[in-house]
Amino acid sequence: MVDISYYILLSAVLFTIGAMGVLVRRNPLIIFMSVELMLNAANLAFVSFASMHGSLDGQIFVFFVMTVAAAEVAVGLALIVQIFKSRHSINVDEMNSLKG
Amino acid sequence: METHGFAFLAPWLIFAPLVGLLLNILLGGWFMKQPWGERAIGAIAASASGAAFVVSALLAYTVSAAHGELMTVPFAQWIHIGTLELDWTFRLDSLSTTMMLVVSGVGTLIHIYAIGYMHEDVRFKNDIPRYQRFFVFLNLFIAAMMILVSGDSYMMLFVGWEGVGLCSFLLIGFWYDMDTLGRSSWANSNAAKKAFITNRIGDFGFLIAGFLMFWRLGSFQFDQVFAAAPALAASDHTTIILITLFMLIGVAGKSAQIPLYVWLPDAMAGPTPVSALIHAATMVTAGVYLITRSAPLYTLVPEAQYIVAMTGAVTALFAATIAVGQYDIKKVLAYSTISQLGFMVAAVGMGAYVAGMFHLITHAFFKALLFLSAGSVILGLERGHHHLAHGHGHGDHHEEVFDPGDMRNMGGLRKTMPVTFWLYMIGTLALAGIVPFAGFWSKDEILLDANLHYTGVYWILTIAAFLTAFYMGRQIWMVFFGEARHEAAAHAEESPAVMTVPLMVLAALSVLGGALNLPFEGFHNLTHWLGHTLGEVEAMPLNGVVAGVSTVLALTAIFVSWLLYGRNPLKAGQPDPLKKPLGLAFTGMENKWFVDEGYWFAIVDRYVDIARFLADKIDWEFWHDFVHEKVIAGTYNWLSNSALNEGLDKRVIDAIANGLGKATQWLSGTTRKFQNGFVRSYALSVFLGVVIILGYLLLK
Repeated sequence: MVDISYYILLSAVLFTIGAMGVLVRRNPLIIFMSVELMLNAANLAFVSFASMHGSLDGQIFVFFVMTVAAAEVAVGLALIVQIFKSRHSINVDEMNSLKG
Repeated sequence: METHGFAFLAPWLIFAPLVGLLLNILLGGWFMKQPWGERAIGAIAASASGAAFVVSALLAYTVSAAHGELMTVPFAQWIHIGTLELDWTFRLDSLSTTMMLVVSGVGTLIHIYAIGYMHEDVRFKNDIPRYQRFFVFLNLFIAAMMILVSGDSYMMLFVGWEGVGLCSFLLIGFWYDMDTLGRSSWANSNAAKKAFITNRIGDFGFLIAGFLMFWRLGSFQFDQVFAAAPALAASDHTTIILITLFMLIGVAGKSAQIPLYVWLPDAMAGPTPVSALIHAATMVTAGVYLITRSAPLYTLVPEAQYIVAMTGAVTALFAATIAVGQYDIKKVLAYSTISQLGFMVAAVGMGAYVAGMFHLITHAFFKALLFLSAGSVILGLERGHHHLAHGHGHGDHHEEVFDPGDMRNMGGLRKTMPVTFWLYMIGTLALAGIVPFAGFWSKDEILLDANLHYTGVYWILTIAAFLTAFYMGRQIWMVFFGEARHEAAAHAEESPAVMTVPLMVLAALSVLGGALNLPFEGFHNLTHWLGHTLGEVEAMPLNGVVAGVSTVLALTAIFVSWLLYGRNPLKAGQPDPLKKPLGLAFTGMENKWFVDEGYWFAIVDRYVDIARFLADKIDWEFWHDFVHEKVIAGTYNWLSNSALNEGLDKRVIDAIANGLGKATQWLSGTTRKFQNGFVRSYALSVFLGVVIILGYLLLK
């Protein structure tokens, strides 16, 4: 059996890649993919700990996360389509109208 | 003490005139709109006074039926504090009922006379609605005077004393917005104020006497005071002297004695019926009544009695000299009143209470007669003047100011006003003390007493009596004899019956009044009557020498006055024939010995100086400029402006408020940079936050 620390390490690496992606990329589609990556890093951590503890709680939580992620992508993609329709660009650097 | 007979009527002495005045207050305005209104008002007032006379007569009858026994009629509780028990109680004895009869009797006649007098006076003064007010005041006076004479304690007497003072003030200032000639001026109201203030000085004396009395004798009630007085006189003589002398100050104020007589001549500004009723017959005699009432106190202190007698005697002589130099018909009578009041005060000072009261009664008759006749003369001249002004059209007569009271404008009136002339003659003979008129008997009794007790007083009074006859003779010759010195006098018209009939009654009383107390065996009626109250006094028989001297002197005086004024009647514009022989002395008499000016210089001016000093220096410069402006307002200004405004508010409070604002501004300016709208930068913040929290948790 592989040691749990490798799973956690992989999870951390994936999360970091995802977080960096969110922070540095300008294309919202890529940002979404990065977010998915972060969520899945968290899912990996959940199932790892669940298997280690022999408990099903973590496994069940992962289903919730996947469901929410799917809903989120659906909403997010719809938003992006609407933004593109109105502004003819989806560059996030041009979306700063919330600035104070 | 139980009450008998008609004693229960006593409160009506006061309520009868009060009802009269209330009727006239409430209905008078409506009456004045009716053609018969004036007569109705006059009739109500006169009947109210007449009712008081009827009550007085019934009370006098009751007292005499009880052989002069003292009766008290409790009416109302007034003040009960600690040992002080003041009740409104009517005191009925021979003295008080005598005063009631004089006041209401003479008062009623004057009310009737005033119906005619005021009818014309309000027309000459061009203010007819004021007719109503006059009778209201006159009734009020009767009520107040009745309170005065019927009171059973010094305080009740004082209530009436102040009440008549008020009425005197109101009536002197009746034509308050003009002078005696009807010109717009404050002269009359100043005369009223002078009377009121001078009387206040007297009242101060009365009050001090009252306080001393209550302090040392423990009561204000007459009988209690008189009962306690002898013991105090034995142990503390000075207090009784002080009480009696302070009371004398009150008497000097009300009865116009030296040094407070100066208000009475000015009081002639009031309408003539007022001069007759208040300032000759009744109110001014209140002082004499007060001393007579206080006889048990005065008899304890001969020193005070001597001072009272001398005050009266000196006043009698002093005022008589002034009367000689006056030209105004009413002013002569005013000084004559002061002089005659001096006789009365001298009499009661000598302990000759009956003589004083006798003279008070006869004087009320003949002086009221003289004043009212003088009023008739004045109105006669006004009528003449009026007649001329209309006869000649509206020409130069309106330019000239005509004084209908100036004897230099009169002359020859016996032809145009015969009734008034004969009435005036009777009054004059009574005042001059010619046998058998009333004044002779009463004045003679005073002189007789003076001759027995104080020779000094006797001689002073005898000279005063001589002058009395002289100035009255002068007046008669100037007013009624010779030729008219003014057209108005030539056209003077006689007064109507409503005025002359009351005068005839008074004239009859002036002739027959002496019968009250003839100095013959069996005729000392007043002596016996008042003896019930004052204790039996020995009735004195006629003294041929005293009576002879005074009669001869009176006749001589009249003869001298004839030599000066009657033989060669005064021409218009001619100076008084006494001016040359008397020189400076006559100037003094003419100008009232400059007493008013002296008082003005010594008291009024000094008072004004003090008032001005207090106003300018103390109040304005010290109090206003320094204390208020500098100290209070200055400190406040400094405090509010420099300390609180500049220092605390601007420096500290503003700094806090501004600092808070600035800090907020800086904080928001700084933090707004984070709010750049880039979702990624927010995400970075979140990421950094998570890193920091995690780092903290890990490194903790």
